[in-house]
Amino acid sequence: MTTIYDIEVGEEGPALETRDLSVFYGETMAVDHVSFRVPERSVVALIGPSGCGKSTLLRCFNRMNDLVRGARVEGAVEFHGQDLYAPTIDPVEVRRHIGMVFQKPNPFPKSIYDNVAFGPRINNFRGDEDALVEASLRRAALWDEVRDRLEESAYSLSGGQQQRLCIARTLAVTPEVLLMDEPASALDPIATQRIEELIYELKKDYTIVIVTHNMQQAARISDYTAFLYMGKLIEYGPTDSIFTNPREERTEAYVTGRFG
Amino acid sequence: MRPGRAPLGASPSAFDRARRTKGRIFAFTCAAAAFVGVASLGALLVDVIADGASRLDLAFLTGFASRFPERSGIRAALAGSVWLLVLTALISFPLSVAAAIHLEEYAPRNWVTRAIQTNIANLAGVPSIVYGILGLALFVRGLRLERSVLSGALTLSLLVMPVIIMSAQEAIRAVPSTIREAAYGLGATRWQVVRGQVLPMAMPGILTGTILALSRAVGETAPLIMVGAVGFLAFTPQSVMDPFTVLPLQIYSWISRPQEEFQPLAAAGIIVLLALLLTMNAFAIVLRNRARSGG
Ligand SMILES: Nc1ncnc2c1ncn2[C@@H]1O[C@H](COP(=O)(O)OP(=O)(O)OP(=O)(O)O)[C@@H](O)[C@H]1O
Ligand SMILES: [Mg+2]
Repeated sequence: MTTIYDIEVGEEGPALETRDLSVFYGETMAVDHVSFRVPERSVVALIGPSGCGKSTLLRCFNRMNDLVRGARVEGAVEFHGQDLYAPTIDPVEVRRHIGMVFQKPNPFPKSIYDNVAFGPRINNFRGDEDALVEASLRRAALWDEVRDRLEESAYSLSGGQQQRLCIARTLAVTPEVLLMDEPASALDPIATQRIEELIYELKKDYTIVIVTHNMQQAARISDYTAFLYMGKLIEYGPTDSIFTNPREERTEAYVTGRFG
Repeated sequence: MRPGRAPLGASPSAFDRARRTKGRIFAFTCAAAAFVGVASLGALLVDVIADGASRLDLAFLTGFASRFPERSGIRAALAGSVWLLVLTALISFPLSVAAAIHLEEYAPRNWVTRAIQTNIANLAGVPSIVYGILGLALFVRGLRLERSVLSGALTLSLLVMPVIIMSAQEAIRAVPSTIREAAYGLGATRWQVVRGQVLPMAMPGILTGTILALSRAVGETAPLIMVGAVGFLAFTPQSVMDPFTVLPLQIYSWISRPQEEFQPLAAAGIIVLLALLLTMNAFAIVLRNRARSGG
């Protein structure tokens, strides 16, 4: 089964593509033959009811599922045409190109500065570390709030600030793709709005795949939306048409809040 | 108001009175149990200090054991215990931490790992004299290390390693998986995750477990007698191959003397041993508090 609704990806081809991607946890199938393409420098939202496989699908792109005992991936995941699951590919290398922001802010129990600098340090960064930390914090719209307290513990920040710190930490390894798993679900409306504005900014330079439970959020920030249900990709297309003119009944039921 | 429910502030029902009484009985029982422990430690301290305080002075700490009680000191035993403690820590700590890291972070979850794990748990419960016999066969005779501090330290290392490994595993497991994911997500290798995030976060817990295990080792006598610690020594070890004695053994040898005059010496020796143990435990508590405050 290939994708039922495809999208235009332009001349240079998609940044990310899955073909007949299935993921199993032991015997249970969490993602069921999913095929879709993510154009470069666009925001794709993954929506669907709880447990439908959004996080599992997202974690295929940076091979985070490798860390889960008993998880098995079938099918193809490509990054600029390169098979991410080819035997020659080192998952550690993949994660340097494809960064991830998690649902709950998870800063390291270290200073704000060391949180951002950890990624560059382990990747043998040789340039000006202070400048990179500052640039990353600026990109994450956090610099003005923390510039005078870089040596304080990251735990002294508010939840929303911690999440922006985590985004800055991811940006500091200069990935090309950002995977975000409900990055604003633990935050209040104001912090959420800041994260959304940030995503809007980042979209100019990054390809972003974001999981969200918030329909308005998906509609506001994404270019394309994929609706998943019980591991299957039900519908995929430009966000406008998914929300205003869905072709599948289940999609319509979900986006209008009649189930899920 | 809901039908059938008494208004707030009404006199308590029989059921309410009964459960409050039960709560009080339970709280009292717990307090009493806690008091037994504190009281027996207090009684021990009072008794030992009453007997030994008069003999506890600088001459006692710096003098060697002697046939004459008034000239006898604890220097050899104290030095022996400290030697043993330091050597045991140097041997057992790195090995145990490495074993714990392997079991938690690297080893596949298969029957081999489970067998090793079960073995470690069982080893932690083996009586210490058995380790003494093993040490005698393996280190004293097998490796020809003779009746040396090194033999003693290796034997005690075997004794404390299962305990240190298990507490280190516990501490490593307590590092939240979100921290690991964050580090992996930044492109860290397994070693970088362990070295950069897991170990620093687990270290206070690992150190606490190590110190508690070592403080048990300081009190051990049986396995050290097996590997040849001597009860009477007039010099301190100068190298790892020298013979040695330890505090508990010295205390025992004084207590078993027929002459009355040696009894206060034993009490003073116990005070020194307790002081050493309490210092180590205080150290462990400081480390634990530092871990709680999130370093
Ligand atoms: N580590 C795991 N081991 C076994 N099963 C898992 C594991 N992680 C997820 N699953 C199962 O896979 C399915 C998909 O889970 P996933 O976390 O991808 O859903 P989700 O769409 O992200 O849900 P939510 O919106 O609640 O985050 C669920 O049925 C879940 O129970
Ligand atoms: Mg999820």
